[in-house]
Amino acid sequence: MRRQAAAWCFVAPALVVIAVFFFVPVVAALAMSLTDFDIYALADRGNLRVVGLRNYAQLLRTPLFWKAFGNTLYFVVIGVPLSIAISLGAALLLHTRVTRFRAFFRTALFAPVVTTLVAVAVIWRYLFNPHYGLLNYTLGRLGLPSVDWLGDPQWAMPAIILFAVWKNFGYNMIILLAGLQSIPEQLYEAARIDGASAWRQFRHVTLPMLAPIVALVNVLTIAGYFQLFAEPYVMTQGGPLQSTVSVLYFMYEEGFKWWNLGSASAVAFTLFLFIFGVTALQLRLVRWQSAA
Amino acid sequence: MGREGEVVAELLPEFERTHPGIRVKVQQLPWTAAHEKLLTAFAGDVTPDLCQLGNTWVPELVALNALEPLDRMLAASRIVDAADYFSGIWDTNRVDGRLYGVPWYVDTRLLFYRRDLLARAGFSAPPRSWHEWKRVLAAVGNDARADRYGILLPLNEFEPLLALALQQDEPLLRDDGRWGNFTAPGFRRALGFYLEMFQRGWAPALGTATISNVWNEFGRGRFAFYISGPWNIGEFQRRLPADQQDRWMTAPLPGPDGPGASIAGGSSLVVFRRSPHHAAAWRLVEFLSQPAVQRRFHALTGDLPPRRASWADPGLAADVYARAFREQLERVRPAPKVPEWERIATEMRLVAELAVHGRLSLEEATRELDGRAARILEKRRWLLARRVDG
Repeated sequence: MRRQAAAWCFVAPALVVIAVFFFVPVVAALAMSLTDFDIYALADRGNLRVVGLRNYAQLLRTPLFWKAFGNTLYFVVIGVPLSIAISLGAALLLHTRVTRFRAFFRTALFAPVVTTLVAVAVIWRYLFNPHYGLLNYTLGRLGLPSVDWLGDPQWAMPAIILFAVWKNFGYNMIILLAGLQSIPEQLYEAARIDGASAWRQFRHVTLPMLAPIVALVNVLTIAGYFQLFAEPYVMTQGGPLQSTVSVLYFMYEEGFKWWNLGSASAVAFTLFLFIFGVTALQLRLVRWQSAA
Repeated sequence: MGREGEVVAELLPEFERTHPGIRVKVQQLPWTAAHEKLLTAFAGDVTPDLCQLGNTWVPELVALNALEPLDRMLAASRIVDAADYFSGIWDTNRVDGRLYGVPWYVDTRLLFYRRDLLARAGFSAPPRSWHEWKRVLAAVGNDARADRYGILLPLNEFEPLLALALQQDEPLLRDDGRWGNFTAPGFRRALGFYLEMFQRGWAPALGTATISNVWNEFGRGRFAFYISGPWNIGEFQRRLPADQQDRWMTAPLPGPDGPGASIAGGSSLVVFRRSPHHAAAWRLVEFLSQPAVQRRFHALTGDLPPRRASWADPGLAADVYARAFREQLERVRPAPKVPEWERIATEMRLVAELAVHGRLSLEEATRELDGRAARILEKRRWLLARRVDG
């Protein structure tokens, strides 16, 4: 009994920190999402109305929210597989024995992750420039028509995906590389003795051994990509024709531009529930697969 | 805020010398973060004594009850003379009959145009009315394949459309700001004219982000008209080569029938209610409002002064590009003074963008705008109704 009390004493500081900086704000935000907190309420608490679930009902009837949701889904559905495929490809390249200057390439490919987003966004805006940009120059050389990357509602999201994938793939690459390095060499040796080609080694040794790591990377990347915000914020401000407004960007405008903190909190909770649901589903799938 | 925040530091030593006992600490904010920062400062009870405020933000901070009314101090002042200020600009600082700010510098939108392109089309003077404007635009011509247009109306700015809308007799909001008034004939006329310029191919459906360098493109003759503000006088002078300098000029904004109104923009100086130094803050407002100081401020920033007396400056009077602004400033009108206005103006821009791309007709766009405004103003209606009941 005394031992248990002592243990509680040891974890108490951590629990207090979590409570103060995590649970209290979350509960406060949940409470706020049930009110119409705005600048009038900021001036005088008497102007605050408890509206129950009206913020949520209103949200589901707001076309821009659905548009933002669709844009975010587009970003996740295209961006996540692309990002993981590139991360895996880069990790495999770095892992092969023939690669020289491995440390250099590892650093170079990881560099975008640690550079400042705003700074590289400026450079990417130049790359995307319809008249002088490198991307259109390359397209022109290949005989393809030029694309107004950030100005055309059709192309703005693909441009954002390209930028985000480039910015983020290095992080997963490092995790996958660590996974690759922990696969025992004997397995490959045995496969080679059995006459397995490089492709079959990859298909039947690498992928199954890497599966738990890929599942982890998948969960983290999907949760992260649903929170798309900084890229459209610095590149397009949600435009053109609101084609790059993400759910989080919508929430930011609602909360910090228009100061409707009540409905912004409702957006945050809706997104939270959605990400929670998707993650739970993924974990269920992983468990089902490993059981099968 | 912005460049003004840097420059004001050069004016302050003189103030501190002439007002012993008052020390001024300046905190600079970038414009993009200013609004957020001010509201957070209010929530955290750390508002400054005095601050520069975009005049469209005044109603919002008044709704927060964050600003000190200045009527009494004004009545006792021998330096700040209300009658000397451009009336449209002064009016932006009055909310419900009380004064909350003193204009510091002004901003409005008017025409920058290419004299040579107009002359080639057979016009020696800029248009004064919409009718003349259309004739000039038709004569200047456009060629989408050569990427040449009559006028640039950037789709990411609400100001050009707002200026046209303020020229109308009907207000943009009706019933004391309870409802939008966008289906009224006035706004319909303004939006119709705005859309016509796109439909006829005179204006390209572009935002400034896709035109990497507006100044070069204007110099190259990609468009003959550009609706913009005073800061671009300096930009064009700096960025265009010397041999292109006599090709461009400014002109007051044409109106539906003859010279029209434009936006009463700019920044004001406001005093915060919770500040313990109201008197000292007002001294600084007075100091910065003296015509001599305003002229120095203009020389440092290029910002246009809000007082007629300050315009008597020889440098400013000789500036041919500023002349149109001087004329326009006598005809500026404030946007509706409700805290929700910025959001409504943003919706106005978004709906207009949809209409430009043909996703909405003129009729549908005005109805859509009234609907969006009604939703945004819901809380205001509730508050006003409660005030009447209580």
